[in-house]
This record gives sequence, C-alpha cells and structure tokens, in this order.
Amino acid sequence: MKRTISVVLENRFGAFNRISTLFSGKGFNLHSITIGETEVPGISRMTLVTTGEDKVFDQIVKQLNRLIDTIKVVDLSKEHAVARELALITVHYKKGNRSEITELCRLFEGKVVDINNKTLMFEITGPSDKIDAAINSLAPYGIKEMARSGAIALKRGEQERQLATKQLINHS
Amino acid sequence: MPSHLIGKDAFQEADIVGITRPITKHNFLVRDVKDLAMTIKMAFYLASTGKPGPVLVDIPKDIIANKCAFEYPETVEMRGYKPNYHGHSSQIKKAAEKLRNAKRPVLYVGGGVIMSGGTKELALLAKENNLPVTMTLQGLGAFPGTDDLSLGMLGMHGTYWANMAVNNCDVLVSLGARFDDRVTGKVDKFAVDAYKIHVDIDPAAIDKNVVVDLPIVGDVKHVIAELAAEMSSAPHINDWWDQINAWKDECPMDYEDNDGLLRTEMVIEKLSERTKGEAVIVTDVGQHQMWTAQYYKYAHPRSNLTSGGLGTMGFSVPAAIGAYFARPDQPIISISGDGGFQMNIQELITAAAYKLPIKFIIINNSFLGMVRQWQELFHAEKFSFTDLSASNPDFVKVAEAMGCVAYATDDPKEIDNMFDKAFAVTDRPVVLEFKVVKENMVFPMVPAGGALSDMMVKRLNPKLM
Repeated sequence: MKRTISVVLENRFGAFNRISTLFSGKGFNLHSITIGETEVPGISRMTLVTTGEDKVFDQIVKQLNRLIDTIKVVDLSKEHAVARELALITVHYKKGNRSEITELCRLFEGKVVDINNKTLMFEITGPSDKIDAAINSLAPYGIKEMARSGAIALKRGEQERQLATKQLINHS
Repeated sequence: MPSHLIGKDAFQEADIVGITRPITKHNFLVRDVKDLAMTIKMAFYLASTGKPGPVLVDIPKDIIANKCAFEYPETVEMRGYKPNYHGHSSQIKKAAEKLRNAKRPVLYVGGGVIMSGGTKELALLAKENNLPVTMTLQGLGAFPGTDDLSLGMLGMHGTYWANMAVNNCDVLVSLGARFDDRVTGKVDKFAVDAYKIHVDIDPAAIDKNVVVDLPIVGDVKHVIAELAAEMSSAPHINDWWDQINAWKDECPMDYEDNDGLLRTEMVIEKLSERTKGEAVIVTDVGQHQMWTAQYYKYAHPRSNLTSGGLGTMGFSVPAAIGAYFARPDQPIISISGDGGFQMNIQELITAAAYKLPIKFIIINNSFLGMVRQWQELFHAEKFSFTDLSASNPDFVKVAEAMGCVAYATDDPKEIDNMFDKAFAVTDRPVVLEFKVVKENMVFPMVPAGGALSDMMVKRLNPKLM
C-alpha cells in the first residue's frame, strides 16, 4: 500500500541527502520524493511516497523523525489530505487522430503545452491515480516520453493549512 | 583544503561529510568562519545529549585560518532536535505494576544504563526487589558481575542460565538495550511468553527488532529511578530463583584445566581475580572478547571498552591509549587476539613514545579464532584463510623494537608470574603474549539465527578437541 509522508525540515546543506541516504541505508522503498520551499524562509517541505508493511512504515516515520534537520513528520495516509501530481506527456499523433487525442486529454482536464508536426505535449495534474489513468489512455497512441513530478500533499482543513508550519516553529 | 576548491577533485579532496553521514549522529561542513563557534557548540550538544553519538565537523583550511570576533554561544536551540528525557509517568506506573506482580521477571540491561549514568539507580531497583539482572556485551559493568543477582551476559555467547531465564521469563524489562540480533537470536522465538517493557531514549529503537508490549521513551536513569520509586512491594520470586540456580548447576561456566595446556579462560579469570574486576579492560573483537565478557567480573561501569555492535577488529590497541588519557589513575589493560592486534600494532610506538604503562595482552592461538570457530561449526570444517601460524610475527621482538617491555608464555603456571612482571613496570607499555591452545572454541553458543533455546554448550566434533 502506498503511503504519503510530509516532512518539514531545515533547508540546510545536505538535508535532502540525509533523507536519501537513510532510505538507501535502511533498505526502505521510495516511490517518489519532492522537495520545495514553504511559506517560512529556511524551512522546506518534502513529500515522500513509500510502500511497506506497517512495521516498516512505522520505522520509516521514526527514522525520519530521528534526523536532526527534521522538524516534523506527518503521516498523511492517516489524515484527510490533498495530494497532487504533475505530469508532462508527449504523445505521437497522426493526421486523423489529433482531435481524438486532444479530446481524451480534455477528459482529464489536461492542457496542450507544446505541439509540432509529429507530437503533442500535455500537462496533466491531479491525484496520482488520475495521472495513471491518463497515461493508460494515451499509451495506445504512442507515448514518446513523459515526466512525473511525484506527489506533493498537504493536510486538509483551512485553519491547519494556514498555520501548520508557523505553529510548528512557534511551538518548538 | 580551502573551501573554493571543494568539488574540484583537488589534491587529497574527499567528500568527508558524505562519507561520514551514515556513521555519525550528525555532521557539519562549516562554510563561513562566523558559523564556526555555533557549529562547534551544536556539535558538542548533539554528541552529548539524547542518545549520545559521534558528530563530525568538517572545517576547510581557509575557515580555520580566517578571523572573526569570537562569541561562543551559551545555549543552543535546534528546532528538529528535542530529546525526551522523562518517560511517561502512567507508562512507568504500569511497568511497576507488571513487575510487582511478575512471577519470573528479568532485567535485561544494555550500555544505555552506563551512558545515562544510571547504574546506582539500577542497583537500587535490582537489590530492593531481588531481581535477576542480565547484561549485554556493552552493558557489562552496569551491575557488578560478582553480585548474586547478576546472571552474567546473555545472547550468542551468554551464560546458559541467563539465556534460559530470558527465554522463560514472564516480564522482561529492557533497560537501555536494543534487542540486537546477537542478543535475541531468532526474533520470533525470543522470550515469547514475556510481557516486554522497553525503556530507551531513542523512539526509533522501540519495535525495531522486537515488538514490545510497553514502550517507555526517556532517559533510562530517570526511568529506573521512577520505576524503583513506584515499586511499593517486591515480587515473590523465590521459585524463580530456584529455577535459575538449577540452570546454573545444570550447565555452569567451566573449561578443561587439567591437561597442562594454556587456555584464554584461565588468563582472564586470573586477571579478574588479580584486579578485583576494577581495571579498565579494553578488548578487541573475536574469541578473546567473548571469553573476557564471560570470565572478567567487571565491578564498575565504564571499565569495559569494546567494539560491540560494529565489531571492528583493531579497536583495542588505540582505544586503550585513549582510555589511559581519560583515566590515567586506573590500570588499563588491552586484550587482543593475534589477528586484531596486528591491525593497529603501530600504535605501540605511540604508547611507548608517551611512556604509557598500559598492559597489552595478546591471546595468541595462531588463528582468526572466531572465524575458525564458525568454519568448524557451520561451514563443514573448511578452514580457509584463518590459520595465521605461518604468518604471525614474533610479537615479543616486534614489541621490544617498538619500545615496549614484552614477555611470552605457553604455560598455565606462568600466568601469575607474567602479571607480576607486567605490573612491576610503570614507565612504559608492556606486551604479554599468551600462546594458548590453538583450536579452542567459545561456548555456550547460540548459532546465528537460532533461538536462545538452541544454545550449544559443547563442541560437536570431539576429535578436534
């Protein structure tokens, strides 16, 4: 089962490397990893998607917490959360099927972001399973290449969303 | 190396922060001299608090040479690092209740009790409640080995009665230990009937190897003190002690001592008696380390220095030098095998240069003995690359050439004389080489991956005796 973990961490030299070293050193699975700034300077948020049995997952959360640069680890699988992923997909088209492909893309609320005489590039965002479905639907036309961002996620709830990171810092 | 050359594959450049990341608690690269004081403060804070561990600070050459106004911070605040020292009081109350009502309790004590300085609290808890205490390799010294309540070491080369007690107990209290594989053997057969209480300062240690019933995250010294205070009455465990003593009689720690041959066990026993368990003993890794753990009765904490979980041969000689500088008033005794001794043999020169009165004992069986033991027991007696008899140097000559006094013997009657001569020397290091029986093995032994109850107490193939 896929699980999503949100890690709030100090934006320090080598902080990302510590987390990747942890996963390789302990033999944990890592499905995707994204990192970016937060509303607080010097603090980053990392979203990890991992798979593992409960016992392994429990260790993953504890080991992440154990890192010195880690401020907070939240298991978003246990929370109401919004998770989104971005994909860029370049698909081959022929004379007759271009509108068919773009129509399909529209069903997934995607956007055409590049076109030439052979290929179309789509931008699609949404939960990871929606991206999977889009890829499956486009595959028969011939996917030239694609890139996926990995999921980013935040806990739902207006109040938490506004205060989450700042609260953590004030409380710690 | 100056910082502007970082990443240029410069002369002697190595990514030391990257290399040491998995083997340190934390590490730092200082990129501005203004950060140096705060970094050093944080490094000492991290190294000495929570679960202590090594912290590395990489300081480029130009940062060392640069100048700035020195302001050493009084305090340090780290958002991501808040060790929890006080265990949850309701959990501690629950632990005390379980322990009070236990019929077959055991305290399983690790090195954390020594690191937290909780040995007095442990002695109080154990003695007031008449509780059996077994220790891990790193826990030796946390409780006096000569005390009647001590069961000695548990695990792969632990005593028969300690392992039997752990496997048959109904309440197991782990204090500052981590359920290491050398302790538990096969995890699903480890103390299956026991209600397991795990006290550790590291939350990640809980349920890592063995799933426990009652975790208490906190400093083990504080937790033991609170637990002792909550013990309004001692459990009634006379039957349990009878059972433990019966196991002790069934399979005591003994060895052949009538054939006139020199054995490691004799050397360690004599050393233990002679020093009353009060020397600082620094062992290397292998058979001699296990025999020392079995036969040296450590009287005090912090007198047992050994490479435990990591098991790095070559540890003893340099560690003994460090131990001397920390405790110059104590007798410092290094014990190594002939294999491990050669891994840092050059440090004898350092010890001689500083005129350190360290006693370096070599237990020479002309083998990488523990590997040989595994080859005999588990690899169909295929003895590959463990026989050192053709390649070992003359240790006495080497030691003398490096400025030490050195003696050797293969006679059990000479042990006392060797120690007399060694302890008479106070102005330089002494090397004592004990040429012991070549193919001796450490028993009892729990085969790797076996259950504690699968312990072997004797050699399988008597003809190799």
